[in-house]
Amino acid sequence: MADGNFNDAQSGEQRIRNFNINFGPQHPAAHGVLRLVLELDGEIVERCDPHIGLLHRGTEKLMESRTYLQNLPYFDRLDYVAPMNQEHAWCLAIEKLSGVEVPRRASLIRVLYSEIGRILNHILNVTTQAMDVGALTPPLWGFEEREHLMEFYERASGSRLHAAYFRPGGVHQDLPQDLLDDIMAWTMSFPEVLADIDGLLTENRIFKQRNVDIAVVTEQEALDWGFSGVMVRGSGMAWDLRRAQPYECYDEFEFDIPVGKNGDCYDRYLCRMQEMRESLKIIQQAIQKLETATGDVLARGKLTPPKRGDMKTSMEALIHHFKLYTEGFKVPEGEVYVAVEAPKGEFGVFLVSDGSNKPYKTKIRAPGYLHLAAMDHLCKGHQLADVAAIIGTLDVVFGEIDR
Amino acid sequence: MSEVLTELGEAIAAKLPDAVTASGVSDFGDLVLNVKLDQIPKVVEFLKSNSAMKFSTLIDITAVDYPSRAVRFEMVYHFLSMYTNTRIRIKAQVAEDGIVPSIHEIHPGANWFEREVFDMYGVLFSGHPDLRRILTDYGFRGYPLRKDFPTTGYTELRYDEVAKRVVYEPVTLTQEYRQFDFMSPWEGAEYILPGDDKAEAK
Repeated sequence: MADGNFNDAQSGEQRIRNFNINFGPQHPAAHGVLRLVLELDGEIVERCDPHIGLLHRGTEKLMESRTYLQNLPYFDRLDYVAPMNQEHAWCLAIEKLSGVEVPRRASLIRVLYSEIGRILNHILNVTTQAMDVGALTPPLWGFEEREHLMEFYERASGSRLHAAYFRPGGVHQDLPQDLLDDIMAWTMSFPEVLADIDGLLTENRIFKQRNVDIAVVTEQEALDWGFSGVMVRGSGMAWDLRRAQPYECYDEFEFDIPVGKNGDCYDRYLCRMQEMRESLKIIQQAIQKLETATGDVLARGKLTPPKRGDMKTSMEALIHHFKLYTEGFKVPEGEVYVAVEAPKGEFGVFLVSDGSNKPYKTKIRAPGYLHLAAMDHLCKGHQLADVAAIIGTLDVVFGEIDR
Repeated sequence: MSEVLTELGEAIAAKLPDAVTASGVSDFGDLVLNVKLDQIPKVVEFLKSNSAMKFSTLIDITAVDYPSRAVRFEMVYHFLSMYTNTRIRIKAQVAEDGIVPSIHEIHPGANWFEREVFDMYGVLFSGHPDLRRILTDYGFRGYPLRKDFPTTGYTELRYDEVAKRVVYEPVTLTQEYRQFDFMSPWEGAEYILPGDDKAEAK
């Protein structure tokens, strides 16, 4: 036909052009202060550029001018969803450099609270991810349980979130038996709540439509992008630092490592649900072991304060206490990298000590940082609505990403 | 354990004699390789593709600032092999005006780590697709993790009621930033102790 050019039949409105939108920084599905610059072709995401650093507090810089003990509370403020797991990495790094053995009771308490932290994190992640894809009830049910867990935090350390409970050489204070009994009672009642949430979500048609086959991560991709934690386990690799490179006393505990098959959002959700059940097992075993493991919870020495009673009678103990909380302890020169299996993945601390009372350099390796770095790769070709589901499944918390 | 690691380090050094300058196991049981700066991609590629090692997971990239050294910065890479359950640390020296070859083509996850090192230390990377600042503010100046950068920074911002926007101003401190000196005079303080100056006059 002579007039074969149909373009003139389109109005300007119909001519398709890519659309750039700003997602966040204040968006309920951004899980914090994340700004995404999205390039859209219709509803398909062509490019996703995360702008991070809106919560950057310069933790690593601040740490260089504070003593080792003063730096401990900064770790609560990294991943504020599971604070004690972060402290754990810091304590392990100091203990490795100075060669301190943690008493058995303290070690068991650390395991107990690390697993409570894991459940805290997974409840938050699973339920808010469900909220991102449209369910309102799970977070309401889940947060009630988180409140119980934060009460356990408070009863051990005095604060619900920023605990500063793990200390180099042990834990700050011993736990009373009634607290252990209450935690045990809670582990008996929690599976019911978990089953309720499971009933709401696992076979839910809408939840499955929004999660199955979304953000599929293959084994190769997980390696390329440096994923860890649930992000690799969802893709079928049974990699868990608690099992692979046991730290603390995890090698004594019986637990399974749930592994996904397809590497999509849905499998990662299932992994997290199962991990909570496994954590319950570890908590129960830890409480049982604590019955026989009586004794001190701090390795008494240079790193830890003297007993209150000693300070009343011993001048040296009093001087030690004063020097410990003003000057702080000194850590031998050296470099060390220590990692723990935080709920989000491998949380590591690279510590360079120059032999003084302050760290020369600390690098905090947050798992979420690498997960979010793969955002562009994961979002490409997905619908705009899936971006919220992907952010949810990556389990990002900006405290640790922006540091 | 450390003997196995020492052997592994020696094996790598033997395979790449012109790249690896030293290998060894630190006092704390970590395998450490010192490599030449321009050979980093070659070493990383070797570690990733060698079927006996498979250091295929990038754990971390960072730098350490040593202002007293002639070659100021030290790049530190951490890798993990999930297959052999081994970790390795690679170190290379880079001068203040030096350029580090990027490894984002071998490990895509390195992209953000290199951006962070650039942001925090001002170390440049060659071949990086998108070397922008990442954690600091838009339009930020300076490199915060260098030792000569003050912890308080140079600018502060507040909301200006008149201008109806956020304004940047030079930092004003109502009180000196408190840096306590805990160096015991018996362990060799580097300053003149109060009163010692009078002793000389006698």
